[in-house]
Amino acid sequence: MLLIPCPWCGERDESEFACGGEAHIARPPDPDALNDAEWADYLFMRTNPKGSQRERWCHTHGCGRWFNVERDTVTHRILSVYRMGEPPPKDAP
Amino acid sequence: MTAQPHRLPEGGAIDRSRPLGFSFNGRRYTGFAGDTLASALLANGVHLVGRSFKYHRPRGILSAGTEEPNAIVQLGSGASGLPNLKATRVELYEGLAARSVNCWPGPWFDLAAVNGFAHRLIPAGFYYKTFMWPHRGWHLYEPFIRRMAGLGRAPDGPDPDRYERMNAHCDVLVVGAGPAGLAAAEAAGRSGARVILADEDCPPGGMLLGSADAGGHGEATAGLEAMDNVRVLTRTVVTGYYDHNFLIALERVTDHLGPAAPAHLPRQRLWRIRAGRVVLATGALERPLVFANNDRPGTMLAGAARAYVNRFAVLPGRRAVVVTDNDSAYAAALDLHRHGVEIAAIVDLRPDGDGTQCAEAREAGLNILSGHAVIDTAGRRRVRAARVARLNDDGSLAGTVSALPCDLIAMSGGWSPAVHLFSQSGGTLRYDAALRAFLPDVSPQAARCAGASNGAFDTASCIAEGHAAGAGEPGAPGPVQPAAPVSWAVPARSRAGEARRFVDFQNDVTAADIELAAREGYESVEHLKRYTTLGMGTDQGKTGNVPGLAILAGTLGLSIPEVGTTTFRPPYEPVAFGAIAGRDVGPLADPVRRTPLHAWHEENGAVFEDVGQWKRPFYYPQEGETKDEAVARECLAVRNAAGIMDASTLGKILVCGPDAREFLNRVYTNAWDGLAPGRCRYGLMLGEDGMVLDDGVTACLSENRFLTTTTTGNAARVFAWLEEWLQTEWPDLEVYLTSLTEQFATVALAGPDSRKLLGALTDDIDPAPDVFPFMAWREGRVAGLPARVFRISYTGEVSYEIVVSAGDATDLWAALMTHEVTPFGTEAMHVLRAEKGYLMIGQETDGTVTPLDLDMGWMLNKKKDFIGRRSLARSAMRDPMRKRLVGLRTEDPATVLPEGAQILAEPPSGAPETMIGHVTSSYRSATLGRSIALALVKGGRDRAPGTVHVPLDDRTVRAEICDPKFYDPEGERLNG
Repeated sequence: MLLIPCPWCGERDESEFACGGEAHIARPPDPDALNDAEWADYLFMRTNPKGSQRERWCHTHGCGRWFNVERDTVTHRILSVYRMGEPPPKDAP
Repeated sequence: MTAQPHRLPEGGAIDRSRPLGFSFNGRRYTGFAGDTLASALLANGVHLVGRSFKYHRPRGILSAGTEEPNAIVQLGSGASGLPNLKATRVELYEGLAARSVNCWPGPWFDLAAVNGFAHRLIPAGFYYKTFMWPHRGWHLYEPFIRRMAGLGRAPDGPDPDRYERMNAHCDVLVVGAGPAGLAAAEAAGRSGARVILADEDCPPGGMLLGSADAGGHGEATAGLEAMDNVRVLTRTVVTGYYDHNFLIALERVTDHLGPAAPAHLPRQRLWRIRAGRVVLATGALERPLVFANNDRPGTMLAGAARAYVNRFAVLPGRRAVVVTDNDSAYAAALDLHRHGVEIAAIVDLRPDGDGTQCAEAREAGLNILSGHAVIDTAGRRRVRAARVARLNDDGSLAGTVSALPCDLIAMSGGWSPAVHLFSQSGGTLRYDAALRAFLPDVSPQAARCAGASNGAFDTASCIAEGHAAGAGEPGAPGPVQPAAPVSWAVPARSRAGEARRFVDFQNDVTAADIELAAREGYESVEHLKRYTTLGMGTDQGKTGNVPGLAILAGTLGLSIPEVGTTTFRPPYEPVAFGAIAGRDVGPLADPVRRTPLHAWHEENGAVFEDVGQWKRPFYYPQEGETKDEAVARECLAVRNAAGIMDASTLGKILVCGPDAREFLNRVYTNAWDGLAPGRCRYGLMLGEDGMVLDDGVTACLSENRFLTTTTTGNAARVFAWLEEWLQTEWPDLEVYLTSLTEQFATVALAGPDSRKLLGALTDDIDPAPDVFPFMAWREGRVAGLPARVFRISYTGEVSYEIVVSAGDATDLWAALMTHEVTPFGTEAMHVLRAEKGYLMIGQETDGTVTPLDLDMGWMLNKKKDFIGRRSLARSAMRDPMRKRLVGLRTEDPATVLPEGAQILAEPPSGAPETMIGHVTSSYRSATLGRSIALALVKGGRDRAPGTVHVPLDDRTVRAEICDPKFYDPEGERLNG
């Protein structure tokens, strides 16, 4: 079970959180400008990297806030945590 | 009660002043406090304890610990029966009643032992190869195979025992209280760290308990217990190592007390431990040697024989042959010799074993046969002799075979460090050719092995490593005792013998099985495991896995590291489901939510329905009424007079802020720009994939404040969904969401008399339809209580939802009940809404249904974007042959179709049928005097008028496709 540092509450057990999948997938401002394939790509397609991945988590059973986590998918090490709207740290290890 | 003929008169860590009576397979015996079931059985001369899994061969006690593959027993019976316990891990208590598993009528005479004679016919993969014919024939064989296989009996009722879960945090968790673990805990404790020391045994001491130089560990334990920052958990096995140094440990709190367990204590306690760092002092597990008939009762691991004689003062035999490929068994031979066991010979596979203990053994005059091997055993239910032969340098047999009479064979095939938890932590292993063992290499977590689990096998090195690990200092590698390169399996003289060299004792996997699997192409160790079941028993191959993969490597001509190990997975030891569930069972398994009116419903005989976690009144049967009669009465009351329903469970979300209206525009399919204060509107919410997510009515309270309702089951999900969009996608919108579901109670008043009734209950709300029209809301007092009244309807009748503070709900309900109203439940509501063709989320929708499928295209605003809109523009979404909502009228009006029934276009003509849809809702309508159903059917109402066929178990029902609005399609009653 991961130990996730919520930017508002500090370190808490994974069971208090919900994972919202890959981060930084912005909703297209004009969906009609996308063809079906591009829309499907936004809707369904996600990268599945081996190594560092940025993903969204929500502290559902705590403060209820969404935030971003950069996690190594191999070791599950959490490399960084940053709030919604903040840019990802540039050169995480 | 019988005496204990094999118990030494003195010594051992047992309490001779506390004899304990117990029974095994119905026979009564006596042991002492401090015994395990295994040591007590051996004290009574019982070696034959069970039958093997596949061939039903007689089996004895192999080990003295958690690695035991053979001595599997069942304790108790019925609901409190405990299957598949290891006799070596069961502490003795007065009245313990144990039985063998996997044999009938008993281990002495087992009918299924006939399998043993046919073992040449049951090689690896036998089931895969044999029971493939005839096609679909497995169901013929399965009952017989299931009866023959399997170990203990599962409990047949709810677990009567109580369990607990504990959460703990520490700076240092030390797993294992042998010399390394004790030293680690002491060093960590002295540094001031918060320490937990967990050991599966009791008392602590680990290998020291079974060695001749016992003592010393008692002082260390006492020192630890004196430290406030150190918690010592005995009888606690750490069984899982998960991410971020989270570990699970199982404490057996009262298992060792049996019926004498105090009632206030749980049987077991599951510890959830988050540790700063972890020291794994988990020791090492001795390996068996692989020779013909090495499974004969009376054959045990040398370290186990040593533990029985030293710790339990039990003689596992009177005349022993010790066979080994390393130095460690010499200590066992010396201890056995010291306690009066005659050592027939020490058979050493190595040409020249010459450690210090070898010299000691020679000095003691023990007969050492270097370069020899035990190649077979004699006896039936107990070993009678070991057959010994000389080995050539290449491991093949040389010279003549001599039989050494004995009743105990103590064997050692070297030691495997217990790297299970280290591996579970994500740690990699490296193979050490000198030690002939997999050692811990690198873990991504703060885990470190010390002592025997790290390959340090002498006590001084263990203590030094433990101390360094506990203090967090770099450790110095201990001296390595190189092991001679000997073969992993001793050849047998005959093919029959070849096939009886057991590697995995519990699953009856032999060296021949592994060689056969390799020849058949199962070259990956993971494939080998699944094909032969090597290591897949309840012992998880703790003793046999390394010899097994070494034999595979030898067969393939590969090195052991090239072959590698199978993955170590939790749990290290089986954990009862009860311990995982803890107190979360029965009524505590899931929270129950009740409305403020629950007590009234209960007192008035409501039958309840679970909707999410809520208890909702399903219907209110009167004396002698069936469910159908009650629902029909409630429906007719709403259609002809007035009914009231508790609708408090509907989700209520307050949406406020300057951008609230814009937010509603984005999350609902319809437009909210024109909705004035005092008015309500029905809304449909989609996922971004265009599928219907939820629906409900939203009221405009004031320019920037809206009250949104959700379906009962989706309230939390919708709230989370809206929050997610606000926080992650549209932080620029100033909108605040507040859940008010439990703050307010809602009573729906429905039926043609409802307007008159509302008028009688309020002075300041004018119910006249021209001033209080459909889809409007008013604020005032109802029955003297502050209330909001919403004129909305889910029944098709004039209807008011009266919302009051949760604390006022019972007063409102009581005031309504003084009038001519009929309380109705959710089932009547379901019927009434289906008569109107209104959809119910979760019934007509299942995550694959769009508004177009429901003929609700009119709900889709064309002038704005909303979540899910772009997906509906995909051509596939407009395919007329998608499943779309229709009504169904059965040919026979009395037939009520089962919900979920499949629909065919043509009468059934034999499988496979082409299904065109399914029934989503189906009821008996008292209003219409016939059955009605809603369905999703390919092509939808393009098929109307048309007949479809619904095949049931015993017949096929014909039904007509129709408009789903069965009743008052023009909505005259609603708007009246």
